[in-house]
Amino acid sequence: MAECHPVGFQWVMEAKRRGATVIHIDPRFTRTSALADTYVPIRAGTDIAFLGGVVNYILGNELDFREYVLAYTNAATIVDESYQDTEDLDGLFSGFDPEKGVYDPGSWQYAGHAPDSGDTDADRETARPLRHESHGPPIPAGTERDETLRHPRCVYQILKRHFARYTPEMVERVCGVPREKFLEVCQAWTRNSGRERTSALVYSVGWTQHTVGVQYIRTGAIIQLLLGNVGRPGGGVLALRGHASIQGSTDIPTLFNLLPGYLPMPHHAQHASFSDWVAAIRHPGQKGFWADARAYAVSLLKAYWGDAATAENDYCYGHLPRMTGDHGTYQTVLNMVDGKVKGYFLLGQNPAVGSAHGRAQRLGMANLDWLVVRDLYLVESATFWKDGPEVATGELVPEECRTEVFFLPAASHVEKEGSFTQTQRLLQWREKAVDPPGDCRSELWFVYHLGRIIRQKLAASTLPRDRAVLDLAWDYPVSGQHDEPSATAVLREINGFEVASGEPVSGYTALKDDGSTACGCWIYSGVFAGGVNQAARRRPGAEQSWVAAEWGWAWPMNRRLLYNRASADPSGRPWSPRKAYVWWDAGKGRWTGHDVPDFEADKDPSYRPPLGATGVAAIAGDDPFVMQSDGKGWLYVPTGLIDGPLPTHYEPAESPVANPLYRQQSNPARKTYPRPDNPLDPISAVFPYVFTVSRLTEHHTAGGMSRHLEYLSELQPEMFIEVSPELAAERGLSHLDWAHVVTARAVVEARVMVTDRLTPLRVAGRTIHQIWLPYHWGGAGLSVGDSANDLFGIVLDPNVLIQESKVGTCDLRPGRRPTGPELRRYVDGYLRRAGLRKG
Amino acid sequence: MSVAERMGFFTDTSICIGCKACEVACKEWNAIPTDGLDLLGMSFDNTGQLDANTWRHVAFVEQTHDGDLRWLMSSDVCKHCTHAACLDVCPTGSLFRTEFGTVVVQEDICNGCGYCVPACPYGVIDQRQGDGRAWKCTMCYDRIRAGGDGGRAGSGGGLMPACATACPTESIQYGPLDELRDRAARRLEQLHGEGVAQARLYGHDPADGVGGDGAFFLLLDDPEVYGLPPDPVVTTRDLPAMWRRAGLAALAMAAAVVASFVGGSS
Amino acid sequence: MGVRSWIEGWPVYRQLAGDDPTGRGEAVRSPRTAALTSRTETADSVARSVCPYCAVGCGQRVYVSGGRVTQIEGDPDSPISRGRLCPKGAASKSLVTSPRRQRRVLYRRPYGTDWEELDLATAMDMIADRVLAARAQTWEDVDEQGRPLHRTLGIASLGGATLDNEENYLIKKLFTALGALQIENQARI
Repeated sequence: MAECHPVGFQWVMEAKRRGATVIHIDPRFTRTSALADTYVPIRAGTDIAFLGGVVNYILGNELDFREYVLAYTNAATIVDESYQDTEDLDGLFSGFDPEKGVYDPGSWQYAGHAPDSGDTDADRETARPLRHESHGPPIPAGTERDETLRHPRCVYQILKRHFARYTPEMVERVCGVPREKFLEVCQAWTRNSGRERTSALVYSVGWTQHTVGVQYIRTGAIIQLLLGNVGRPGGGVLALRGHASIQGSTDIPTLFNLLPGYLPMPHHAQHASFSDWVAAIRHPGQKGFWADARAYAVSLLKAYWGDAATAENDYCYGHLPRMTGDHGTYQTVLNMVDGKVKGYFLLGQNPAVGSAHGRAQRLGMANLDWLVVRDLYLVESATFWKDGPEVATGELVPEECRTEVFFLPAASHVEKEGSFTQTQRLLQWREKAVDPPGDCRSELWFVYHLGRIIRQKLAASTLPRDRAVLDLAWDYPVSGQHDEPSATAVLREINGFEVASGEPVSGYTALKDDGSTACGCWIYSGVFAGGVNQAARRRPGAEQSWVAAEWGWAWPMNRRLLYNRASADPSGRPWSPRKAYVWWDAGKGRWTGHDVPDFEADKDPSYRPPLGATGVAAIAGDDPFVMQSDGKGWLYVPTGLIDGPLPTHYEPAESPVANPLYRQQSNPARKTYPRPDNPLDPISAVFPYVFTVSRLTEHHTAGGMSRHLEYLSELQPEMFIEVSPELAAERGLSHLDWAHVVTARAVVEARVMVTDRLTPLRVAGRTIHQIWLPYHWGGAGLSVGDSANDLFGIVLDPNVLIQESKVGTCDLRPGRRPTGPELRRYVDGYLRRAGLRKG
Repeated sequence: MSVAERMGFFTDTSICIGCKACEVACKEWNAIPTDGLDLLGMSFDNTGQLDANTWRHVAFVEQTHDGDLRWLMSSDVCKHCTHAACLDVCPTGSLFRTEFGTVVVQEDICNGCGYCVPACPYGVIDQRQGDGRAWKCTMCYDRIRAGGDGGRAGSGGGLMPACATACPTESIQYGPLDELRDRAARRLEQLHGEGVAQARLYGHDPADGVGGDGAFFLLLDDPEVYGLPPDPVVTTRDLPAMWRRAGLAALAMAAAVVASFVGGSS
Repeated sequence: MGVRSWIEGWPVYRQLAGDDPTGRGEAVRSPRTAALTSRTETADSVARSVCPYCAVGCGQRVYVSGGRVTQIEGDPDSPISRGRLCPKGAASKSLVTSPRRQRRVLYRRPYGTDWEELDLATAMDMIADRVLAARAQTWEDVDEQGRPLHRTLGIASLGGATLDNEENYLIKKLFTALGALQIENQARI
C-alpha cells in the first residue's frame, strides 16, 4: 500500500499512531513492510492456504464474533444434502464435469432450493459472476436455518470441515510461513474482533491476478464476516485499485459482458427476448432491491435510444448486440493473432506492456487492418511496428506489417472536465484548467464526433443494422473552438431524468419501468439530484465530520460505507459507543447516524417479512446485506461462482510444487487457451523458480504516464530484478550485473539487485526461490527496458476472466539475453527441454 | 527586513515511507534539472546524494540483524545551519540569511566562485554543471514568504515548502523551529517509550558544531548509516580567531614597517 | 531612479546603514529576491482537480498563468488526501506540460516504415470509414438457430480506467449501438 497508494497509506500511519497493529503479507519485503509491525513473507499464489488457516484457527478456537455471525451471515443456513466438499472428493466439489472442465452447481444450493438450471460453461465464458459487484446472485426467498449451528449441513459446520486441514503446520508447508509467524497473525487478528474492535483487510491486484483470484477475496471476506468486520467502521475488505477511474470503468463498464450498473450484456441463448433478459436480472420471487431491476433496464434503454425506445418495441432491446461466449480482451487478442479482428481502439491503455503475454499482444496488433491509439505520449502499443521487440527478433518486419496506425493525441486530466470514480466508489468532478494543446482532444470529443460523423455517413441507410446507430440519443450540447461536448450533460443522463420534463431524478428509487424515466447508470442515480452536480461538492474535510459526506458523491445514494446496517446490533443499537456508525432511533422511528444508512430508513429492526414476501419487503429488520438475496453475508456461496462455493487452495497454473492439500493441482475450472503460442509450464525442472511482478512507487503501470517524465524516470531509471543473496550465489549473479529470466513464453533481461528483501522459503520440505520484477518497462520513453509481462502466458480466473499475472515459473541466468533471431531459438530450446515442444 | 520567526524542517525518518514525493515536488516547484538516469544499486536510491540538482534526497538503507530486516528511509535536505559556513565564505553576497533564519543562494548574484562548496560541513551545496552557479534548498523561500492561504499554510503565514506540502505521512514537517524542536522531543520520548532505543535526534542541538540546524532529523540509527556526518562543525568556526591573529600579525607587521621607516630616518 | 535610491540600492550602503553590518541578510538581497513570491499566489486561475494516476483520488489544485499550467499540488481541502501527493501526483505538471508529449496526429500507412503527419479532421473521417467497413465485413445478424446477434466481432476497444465516467459512458453507448461487443479495459486485467 505504501508502494502503490502512498497517499492512502497516510491513514494507515495515522491508525498506527493511534495504536493499530499493521501486518503486511507479501512475497517480498516492500516499503509497506518497512513500516508494518509484522511482515510475513509468503510463497506467491498460496494466500488461500494462509487465509484458510486463519479461518480454521477462528473456528477451531471458536473465536468468531458469534452474535454477528449468527444474525448477519449465512452460518446457520442448511445446505442441500447432495453437496460434497473438496475434503470428500480430493480437491473437487460435487458436480464437476471433467470433459468440459466446469461444475454443475446444482448440489451447492441451500436445502429446499431448486438447483439452478443455468449453463455454467456459458457463465464462465461471459464472466457472469462479475455482475455481482453491486449485488448478490439470486436465490429464492426463505431458507432453512439451525440457530444452534450444530446441524452437520449448516454452513458453519461445512466451513469448519472444509478448512480443518488448514492447520498451522499445513500453512507452513504450503506457504513457507513459519507457524509461529502465522499464529502471531491469527492472534492479532482475532484479538481485535468483537463489539469494541474491528480490523480492515486491504488488497490489490496481488489478489485479483490469479486463477483463483475471486476465491482469494472470498477467503478474506469469510474471515472478515466471522470476526464481524463488515459494514462497520474500521472494518471491511478494501480493494486498492490502480487507475484513477478503474472503479468507474467497471460501474459504467467498458467491459464486454456488462452494461452500466452491472446489468448483463444480453447472451444470444439466455436472453433472446426482452422478457428473458429482464427476468434474468430481476429473478421474480427473490428478496432485496434487485427486484426493481426492470426499471433500471428500461431506463437504460431509454437513455440509449431516447424517443425511439418504446414499450411496443421493447425499448429497442433488439438494438443490443448479443454475446455468444468469451469476448474478453485475451480472447480478442488471440483472435487478432488469428486474423479475425479488423480494427482496434486503444484509449489510454498500453497492452504491449501492460497486458499478459506481450508478444501475443504485439503480434495481434500487427495483424489488424487498422489501429487507433489515443494517448498522451507515444506508447509502445503505438510504435510496436517500428521498434517493438519482435522487430528486433525478425518476427515482425515493418515493410510487411499491414496494420494502418492512427495516433491521436489525448487531452490530459487538466484539459477537460469530468468525473473519476476512485477506489471507494467516490465520484469526484474535475474542473478544466486549460484547453488541450494542438490536436489533443478528450475522449468525450473523440467518441462524440466519431459517432456524429458515422451517423452522418449512415443517414440515408435503410439497413436494419444501422437503426441502432441512427436511433441513438446523440444530441449533446457542444461549446468552444473545438465543439467539446458537455460532460455535465452526460453526467445528467447518467443520473437519469424524467423523460417528459427533462428534470433529473433524485435517485434510483425514482426510476420507472414504463419508459417515463431515462437513466444511463442506475447505481449512479442521485449524482445529479436536485439538478446539482453532487460529484463536484468540495466542502473542506476540516469543516465536516470524519465521514466527509459532502465531499464528492459515493454510489449508491452517497453511502460511504456499504451494508452499514451491520454497524448496529440486531436490535439496532451500536455494537459499542466507540464503533457507533448508524443506528435505529426508536423515538423517531428512523435509522440515523454518521452516514446515509444502507437500509430502508424507516424499517424497524424488529420487522419480520410476512410469509411469501418478495423484493424489498422480504428483507427483515435485521438483515443488513440488502443487496444479497437472503439479506445475509455469505460465508458459503450457494450460487453465483464458477469454481466452487468455498475457497480451496489450488496451486497456480504454473508452480514448482505439487499441491500439498489435494490431488487436484490447479483450479479445475480455470479458463485456459491451449494453443502453441500460449504454452504453460507443467511442473518441470527447466523452470525451477517462482517469479512475481508488481509496481514501484515511482512509476505507473505500463509506464505511459511515468517513463516519459524526467523526474520519475531518474528515480527508477532502469529495469531490474530482485533476487535473494542465496539465489544470487546459486546462479552466480552479481549485484548490478545483467541477468535474464526465461519462461515458456519469453526471455527478458534486467540488472540484478541482490537484496535480503527477498528470502528463500522452505516449502513442502524443499527450498523455493522467488524473484521479483517491476512490470513498468518497455521500449518507448526516457527510461526503457524489457517488459516483465512478456513472461506470462494467458490463463484466467473463471469467474471474471482476469489473467494470472502475479505468479509463474521461470529460469534465471547470468548475463544478457540473446538478441535477434537467436532469441526465439533460445526460448524454443527451453520449450523442448520442458517437453512443451517436439523436435 | 523584519525578522520573522525562525522556520525549519523536522524530518521524522521513523515515518518516512521512501516514496520520494519530496524529491519530485521540490524539482517541480523549483524547476531543477534531473541528475541523469543512473541505476546506482544503492537499494532504491538512484539520485545518490544532495547536489546542485537534488535538493531533497531520500536515502535507503537495508539492514539485517539476526535475520530481521530493517529498511531505513530518510529524506535529507540542506540543514540551514545556525552558523552557516557557505554564507560566511560567500564573497558576493549571493548567499544570505532570510528573515526566516534560512540560508538562500540568490541565483542572480552568484558568480560561481564555488567557495561555498568545500565550506559546507554536510556536502550539500554544489555547483551545477554547465551553469557554474551554486544551488541548494531554499526552503522554498518564495513559498514561505507568500501571503494568503493558497495552499497548506505554514505557521509563518506563508505556504509550506513544496516537499513538506507533498509528504504523504508528515515525515517532513515544516514550522517554527522552536515548535518543531518541542514536537521532536515528544516524538523521541514516545519512540523510546515504545522500546525504539536507537531513535535519536540529529541537528537539533543549538550547542552542536554548527549551532544547531534549521533542518533537523529524527534518526533510527547512527548518522553515518544515513550518510550524515556524526559531528559536523562549521568550517569557518576558527575564522574570527584566524582573522584576529591575522590582524595582530598585520598590525605587528605595520608597526615593524613604521619602525623601520622611523629607524631609517634616524 | 534618483541618486538617493541609487545610493540606497548599493549593497555596501545598505550594509553600513542597515542593521546587517556583516552583509549576510537584508543588505545583500537582490531586487529579484525582494520581489520573490509564490507563483501560486499570482496565478490567473486555479482549477480543482483530481490526480490522474492511481485510484486513491487525491485532490489537486491546478494553477494557471497566461493560459499555461504553472503548478499542480495537493488540495488541502480533500478529506482523502489532505493536500498530499505521491511522487507521481507531484509530477503531474510534467505529465501535462512535458515537451515529449505528443501534440499532433500521426499516421502510419500500411507497410510504412515511419510516421506521417495527418490532419485531425481527415483522421476522424478515415477512422469513421474504417469502422463502417469493418462492421459491414464482419456483421452477424442471427445465430445458426436464427436468434438475433446484431453485432460485429471485427472491432475491439481497450481502455477506460484512465478516462472519465462520462467518457466511458459515451464509449459504451456508441460501440454498443454499432454492435461492437469486444469493449474492454484495465478492470479486466
